[in-house]
Amino acid sequence: MSWLIDVLIRGVAFGTPLLWGALGEIYAERAGIVNLGVEGMMILGAFFAFAVAQVSGHPVLGLAVAAVIGGSAALLHAFVSVTLRANQFVSGLALSMLGLGLAGLLGRGWEGSPLRTPLPELSVLPPLGALLAIVLWILLYHTRWGIILRTTGESPAAADAMGVNVSLVRYLAVIFGGMLAGVAGGFLSVAYRPSWTEGMTGGIGWIVVALAIFASWDPLRAVGAALLFGTLFHLSFRLQAWIPPEPLQMMPFAFTILVLAVTARWGARKWQAPEALGLPYLRGER
Amino acid sequence: MHPASAPSALPSVPPSAPVRLAVNEITKTFPGVTANDRVTMDVRGGEVHALLGENGAGKTTLMNILYGLYQPDAGEIVIDGRAVRIRSPRDAIAHGIGMVPQHFLLVRRHTVAENITLGLAGTRFFLPTRDVERQINAFAERYGLRVDPRAAIWQLSVSEQQRVEILKALLRGAGILILDEPTSVLTPQEATQLFAVLRRMKEEGKSVIFITHKLDEVMAVADRVTVMRKGRVVDTVPVAMTSKSQLARMMVGHDVDFRLPARRPGTGAPALIAEDLWVQSDRGLPAVRGVSVVVHRQEIFGIAGVAGNGQRELVEALTGLRPVDRGRLTLGGRDVSRWSPRAMSKLGVAHIPEERVRMGIVPPMTVTENAILRRYEEPPFSRGPLMDYASATRFAQQLIVEYSIQTPSPRTPARLLSGGNIQKLILARELAHRPDLIIAAHPTYGLDVSTTDRIHRLLLERRDEGAAVLLVSEDLDEIRILADRIGVMYGGELIAVMPAGTDRGTIGLLMAGQRP
Repeated sequence: MSWLIDVLIRGVAFGTPLLWGALGEIYAERAGIVNLGVEGMMILGAFFAFAVAQVSGHPVLGLAVAAVIGGSAALLHAFVSVTLRANQFVSGLALSMLGLGLAGLLGRGWEGSPLRTPLPELSVLPPLGALLAIVLWILLYHTRWGIILRTTGESPAAADAMGVNVSLVRYLAVIFGGMLAGVAGGFLSVAYRPSWTEGMTGGIGWIVVALAIFASWDPLRAVGAALLFGTLFHLSFRLQAWIPPEPLQMMPFAFTILVLAVTARWGARKWQAPEALGLPYLRGER
Repeated sequence: MHPASAPSALPSVPPSAPVRLAVNEITKTFPGVTANDRVTMDVRGGEVHALLGENGAGKTTLMNILYGLYQPDAGEIVIDGRAVRIRSPRDAIAHGIGMVPQHFLLVRRHTVAENITLGLAGTRFFLPTRDVERQINAFAERYGLRVDPRAAIWQLSVSEQQRVEILKALLRGAGILILDEPTSVLTPQEATQLFAVLRRMKEEGKSVIFITHKLDEVMAVADRVTVMRKGRVVDTVPVAMTSKSQLARMMVGHDVDFRLPARRPGTGAPALIAEDLWVQSDRGLPAVRGVSVVVHRQEIFGIAGVAGNGQRELVEALTGLRPVDRGRLTLGGRDVSRWSPRAMSKLGVAHIPEERVRMGIVPPMTVTENAILRRYEEPPFSRGPLMDYASATRFAQQLIVEYSIQTPSPRTPARLLSGGNIQKLILARELAHRPDLIIAAHPTYGLDVSTTDRIHRLLLERRDEGAAVLLVSEDLDEIRILADRIGVMYGGELIAVMPAGTDRGTIGLLMAGQRP
């Protein structure tokens, strides 16, 4: 029994960055913009959170800076995909590469150093993440903002015709998503594993992208999904004496493909991707 | 003909109401086309004003300018006596202009209330749809636009979706409502209901701009009509002082002879036999549900129905593009239920597809290449592994002359042709090999009167030569002019088959799903 509780606690710990990242990605995608740059935004967040916390001694300040950095990185993606209407997938991939490279470069001097003033793992961000999920769910489904955001992702032309500033909504959603990804990265370096190592996000950003899909773009479902994926990921370490870790580490992606296949074939409309997801919007084009 | 700026030849009626909206000398050019050339018109309060013209006459461009989707190159818009600039739909709404577009701008997965709430100012932040649902019900009552505010858009019929678009504009306080070809998606009965709504709005002093190319509708519902041709205003006349034939002349630019050659009596042997045909939609639901039909040689079998009742899936099944789920398809005595599109084509099935640019041609390829798409791998167009472009070009040139396709040369990419000429190219290719069965889906949709007439004559000619023709069209008039027998599709079923000459009302009721 205590074994199970222990596993769940570890699941919560590892699920926390997944949840924060996924909530951000869900909002960006609800506005119609795919951001595959989560990995890059997270690693930048991780590095800056670490650096600021290390220098100032305040991990929370580090997280705040991580949010700003994640948001700035996302702004770049928003500019390329909303204003320039470039391919969102290419831009997002490039952002991931850019973030990994830049964080690696800036972090050379700190490679391997532990954080002097870490944040207790389960103290701030896990409960705040759950609360945030509830708030975001209410905003999405029961407020005027929610209608505006969802319409922008479903049919930007309809939103435009109703006087919504489509570009502004998309910018804000993508930047918000980047801020949460930055915090998620910061959690890794100031709380989960309080230290800095190059590439310490280790593919978590990709699990986040999968999670947004797995949760059917629903903030509340993302809580359960993050816990599930977090637990699986933890088990992959815990059980490696008996089974190799790779199959369990693959599970989030296998689940995501399965869920995509199932919802595409049998899912209710409600659980499908926003209709204009990934499509640039140009007024007057049909 | 009246030049664009000449005053009306008819005595002008004294304005019964003040002018609400005026456009003065609006010009809008796109690369290579002048869509609006010094367009001037005005709309009064409490008036239904028809904007009549063929496709490409510039009606929609003008309305998109009024709604802030395009910016004019020159000219001004005056609302209630003040010159205004409309830079976006938001500006248009602020000036009291509402638009019901031809292709609805609704979020399919959202509810009616959610769709309408989006455009309303001053709704509550939390649970904004609650108040809006009440408002929707009130307006629905007042104008006779009944719709369930909590239903999702995808659950509604097309005419209900149109009601949502109208409600959306009304709830936002539109005093000037633009309807772009509103009846193209409606049954005749639904159109009559719509006209009643428009009259109700008129009584309340609202202005309605009604875009159409159908003369009957102008006569039925409009107070005045502005006719446009090739980007210019021909004239604005009170409907009470004009006639259908005069309007047709103004719209087309010359006298129109709508009479088609007389029907040759008698039909031939069965050509196409469908027995209990079931076909799935893209979503895997049954779209064609147990259709049985026989189309004879020397017969045009017309299929009427509102779009989305299984016509597309039926056509795709008959041409081999979509698998037949259940049932049997026999052509010329052979079971072709499982045949590929190519095999069907080789057997003599011609297909005039619904989406002419997407399915009918390969846009970047030349007129010649498009002309031989059906037979490119056969002599004389190919010899062994090599193409013989000289004979392909000769063939294309022959089609260009025979079907009067307007193209700079056979080497021109097909995408540069106008819609009408693309359609003539498709017909030329499909009919060149004397097919036994012609499947034509919306063959004249969006084409001008003379091209439409040309295509009608071609189909009749082939019928008289012995081909079986299956004609799917949403244009009831087209079906009634051409078809020897008329079937009506509703909910994936062929719910009735009637002889030529059946009146519009009867067909209309069937199109709305009222079984005989």
